[in-house]
Amino acid sequence: MKKMLLMSSMLLAMLPLCARTLHVGAGFPNPTISSALLQARSGDTIFVHPGVYAEGNLSINLPLTLIGIDYPVLDGRHIDEIITVNSSHVTILGFEIRNSGQRSTIDIAGIKVLSSDSVTLENNRLRDCNFGIYLSNTIGCKVIHNDVQGVIKEEQNSGNGIHVWKGSGHVIAENHLTGHRDGIYFEFVTDSEIRENMSEQNLRYGLHFMFSHNDHYHHNTFRNNGAGVAVMYSRQVKMTENYFGYNWGSSAYGILLKDISDSHIWKNNFEHNSAGVYMEGASRIILEENQFRENGWALRVQASCDANVVRRNNFFGNSFDVATNGNLVLNTFDGNYWDKYEGYDLNHDGIGDLPFRPVSLYAVVVERMPHALMLMRSFIVYLMDKAEKIIPSLTPEQLMDQQPAMHPLV
Amino acid sequence: MKTPASSMSAALRLAAVADTPARATTVNPIGRIIKYVLFDILQNRIVIGYTLFLLAVSLGLFGLSDDPTKGLISLLNIVLIVTPLVSAVFATIHFYNSYEFIELLAAQPVRRGIIVWGQFLGLVLALETAVCVGIGIPVAIYSPSATGVVLLLAAAGLTVVFIALAMLASVCTRDKAKGIGLALLLWFYFTLLYDALVLFIMFSFADYPLEKATLVMAALNPIDLARVIVLLQMDISALMGYTGALFREWLGTGAGITTAIAILLLWATIPMLLAVRVFRKKDL
Repeated sequence: MKKMLLMSSMLLAMLPLCARTLHVGAGFPNPTISSALLQARSGDTIFVHPGVYAEGNLSINLPLTLIGIDYPVLDGRHIDEIITVNSSHVTILGFEIRNSGQRSTIDIAGIKVLSSDSVTLENNRLRDCNFGIYLSNTIGCKVIHNDVQGVIKEEQNSGNGIHVWKGSGHVIAENHLTGHRDGIYFEFVTDSEIRENMSEQNLRYGLHFMFSHNDHYHHNTFRNNGAGVAVMYSRQVKMTENYFGYNWGSSAYGILLKDISDSHIWKNNFEHNSAGVYMEGASRIILEENQFRENGWALRVQASCDANVVRRNNFFGNSFDVATNGNLVLNTFDGNYWDKYEGYDLNHDGIGDLPFRPVSLYAVVVERMPHALMLMRSFIVYLMDKAEKIIPSLTPEQLMDQQPAMHPLV
Repeated sequence: MKTPASSMSAALRLAAVADTPARATTVNPIGRIIKYVLFDILQNRIVIGYTLFLLAVSLGLFGLSDDPTKGLISLLNIVLIVTPLVSAVFATIHFYNSYEFIELLAAQPVRRGIIVWGQFLGLVLALETAVCVGIGIPVAIYSPSATGVVLLLAAAGLTVVFIALAMLASVCTRDKAKGIGLALLLWFYFTLLYDALVLFIMFSFADYPLEKATLVMAALNPIDLARVIVLLQMDISALMGYTGALFREWLGTGAGITTAIAILLLWATIPMLLAVRVFRKKDL
């Protein structure tokens, strides 16, 4: 053990000897980044001074650190992919990367990382790139505090803000993503963390998850995206303390859960979405201690969902609390607070003595005939719902919260 | 309501004016009629009560919830049920109570159409004042937004429409009870029966594309139309899929609201024209 320590400290002491520092900029030995890249050896640090560098594609094939001073601009002139990383242990800090090319056959990105591990991309600004940051077949990369702004185009011609395909152990944190097709796109990515990102005004999804297991996303804000957030074909995903808001539109959701299982949705805020949570083919998901405020539908649970648990959530001012398209009930609703609950609590234990049926007759009617929304808030709808509450006939009889909370849960 | 004595004296004064040939040609009698009807109603306790009721309910609803949008939604229910009901019933009762005044006017050289229009416009001015004070002031204080303005427009529009429908009901029969019954029936039809019919039609034709039909069905009921334009301001359209997109395109924009108001005015004009037609040929 002692020997090992000695060896590593010796190695550390030797490091500054072999690693050099190169400077790029007007008046420095290297006027261009490409010339510095040609000279660089493994472990070197390249400082890039302010200026505009339009050098075509920069390919990084060695473990290097590139540091931009005062955001030097790397311009792709709408032709090239700007940086391509083909080596592990590359760090890229503090650049403004703009105007990547766009082609329908190749996914051109601002920064693309190909089959490399432990790459760090931090504090960069990306403007008007087709794809912003693109990680392909990578492990353990860090994408932190980047500001990725696209220019809104049609969906088919637009790329994703941060696109991750096949990989694991990534940290995607504190990024700001806007104006892309999907803010963050995950496909076949496992054991990763997505935290404190802000994804807004993207064309399609704020976050798009496909076949990505054991991931944790928390403290993110997704708002005003075309269709909200989609989590599909995944299992063991943890979604905690996120904010999903203002995803309005005929097919917009706070979260769309499709074929996902064994996941935990805890302490999220869903506000002003057409549908807060839309579940299809979802199993064994625990929805716990979330806030649903003023959504069109707080929860749309299709009959293909089973063994999900909805407990201790707050429902305030949603047009419909729960909607479903079948009579079979395989999910549990327990101990939620429903602002539409009209029961009483004789023994004052904070739990209503009568069960609450969150699916109203009108919600059932609308599920069958979407046109009936024309009658929303009309007198007849009110009468129908009252009558149904007294004698339930069309609404799923078993779908009820046996222990509704009398007061909002904290 | 109006006492016969006051209407008689008003009629006599009006008749005196109409008698003077020089002035009969210069003064438009409709202005006079509107003025008398208006002042008569504004002194009326029921209209004052109605104003205060609207004011109290609106202020109460806005005061109860901290979010003005919620207040607007609750207020929408009042607007859709109470304003049409009060307008229809009040207009009918007022028409029958001033029947002698109308008979007296008809004996003067005043065209019958002018008598009916005068009654109508007087009622409209009076009840619109009530609406503007009772709903307009609280909305201006708590929610001076586009939604608030559209809600006020909807309330004003419904008031005009239901006064017109009440006028039509009143000229159709001499019997006061029948007239009030007819006005109530119209209110009941537009608030409840029509929507039930719409639901029935939607159920029966669920397999067909009903988007445009829904739009037409909304336009065929002033109450539905008013509700839809207010709800569109509240972004409910996003829930409605393709139908919602269509509704938004047709009724959600500034031009759409203007169209909707125009349709509401049509809903007032057509019954009034019918009422005038019936009243012209009527044996008083």
